[in-house]
Amino acid sequence: MPIRVLVAKPGLDGHDRGAKVVAKALRDAGMEVIYTGLRQTPEQIVETAIQEDVDVIGLSCLSGAHMTLFPKVMELLQMKGIKDILVTGGGIIPMEDVPRLKKSGIAEVFGPGTTSDEIVGFIKKNVKQRT
Amino acid sequence: MGLAERVASGDRRAAARLISLIEDGDESIRPELADLHCRGGKAHIVGVTGSPGAGKSTLIHKLAREWRQRQKTVGIIAVDPSSPFTGGALLGDRIRMQELSTDPGVFIRSMSSRGNPGGVAKATADAVRVLDALGMDKVIAETVGAGQSEVAVMDIVHTVLVVVVPGLGDDIQAIKAGILEIGDVFVINKADRDGVEAAQRELQMMLELDDEKAGWRPPIVKTVARTGDGIAGLVDEIEKHWDMIKREGLLEESERQRCRREVLELLKHKAVLSLLSEYGPDDFDALIRDVASRKMHPHDAVEKIMEKRKK
Repeated sequence: MPIRVLVAKPGLDGHDRGAKVVAKALRDAGMEVIYTGLRQTPEQIVETAIQEDVDVIGLSCLSGAHMTLFPKVMELLQMKGIKDILVTGGGIIPMEDVPRLKKSGIAEVFGPGTTSDEIVGFIKKNVKQRT
Repeated sequence: MGLAERVASGDRRAAARLISLIEDGDESIRPELADLHCRGGKAHIVGVTGSPGAGKSTLIHKLAREWRQRQKTVGIIAVDPSSPFTGGALLGDRIRMQELSTDPGVFIRSMSSRGNPGGVAKATADAVRVLDALGMDKVIAETVGAGQSEVAVMDIVHTVLVVVVPGLGDDIQAIKAGILEIGDVFVINKADRDGVEAAQRELQMMLELDDEKAGWRPPIVKTVARTGDGIAGLVDEIEKHWDMIKREGLLEESERQRCRREVLELLKHKAVLSLLSEYGPDDFDALIRDVASRKMHPHDAVEKIMEKRKK
């Protein structure tokens, strides 16, 4: 069964090239990718993830607001009792922020220079069993 | 509590999971689906079809918004093709429906055809059942109006919307073949563009050549989905069609027709699988080789497969 991934852009920046490149790479790796466009709120992202029953959420943020938005997504998922979705992040994210993001539940952070093979490989290896 | 029961009590996560299992072709959920079928039958199912770029997603977004204003809940199933090479798919219909995603009266699901054209209609029919049982008043199913499988999806709905855009003469030519007959309401979207009058004339003419179906002459509605122009009028026409079906006692007949098509579709699917598995994949490949090398006509190949069954 294809892995279902939500590629989402929380926050207010308009830079979606990266998200689109990743979405296309995941599609070409045989995944079903739901792309929702720019400027999503964490609430929209979590509700979409529920309706689409995705296995993975890939968050992309280039506005610098990742320390607020990414943990907020994790918090909403936890509130809804959702534990079986793998969440990854990407964008312009300073190294020193990564440990805190991981602590909030983000499984991996992919910065500039990451190859699409790395992302595909990580998702395939870490996607969780549906509960 | 079973998934079906959870869906019927309004559990959206259960609904989402059940649709995933339907897409996966998981046979173990058959009892759940049977349960849903028995509980369902309340929703008005609306199909939206039309060529890529006709503005279907935007139109559906606006339709859903109009229905929400009229206190109706709306389920949406958007089917997009998957890549024939990798099986992957990029499902982007939600981009145009963003503001609906947190509305508790709306449930949107993107589905890919998973390279299995025969299966799309089957999976869509069951996904519609889930949203019906979830309590959605309107369930909209969207497909690209090209190919047999998409027409098959339109077979399972009550009201079919065919969306065209002006300026593409060929577009209207294309809908002659098969889709014209199934349309209950025709939409000329992007009606702020040149060529609306011509498109309308052409549609009108073709519809007049068509027999009136059961006292219903399909209306042609002009919309600009982007701005919302004409949407309220379109919803009025869709409601009129629904009222007509119910008033004329056609609902039972419509249900029977829908169910008949669905059973036939399922039967075809199963029969082909069972015939092929009985014949054996290697023998089947050999048969195909004979046909390809011009030793045998496809008819005779089919006869051979059927004969083995009879023995």
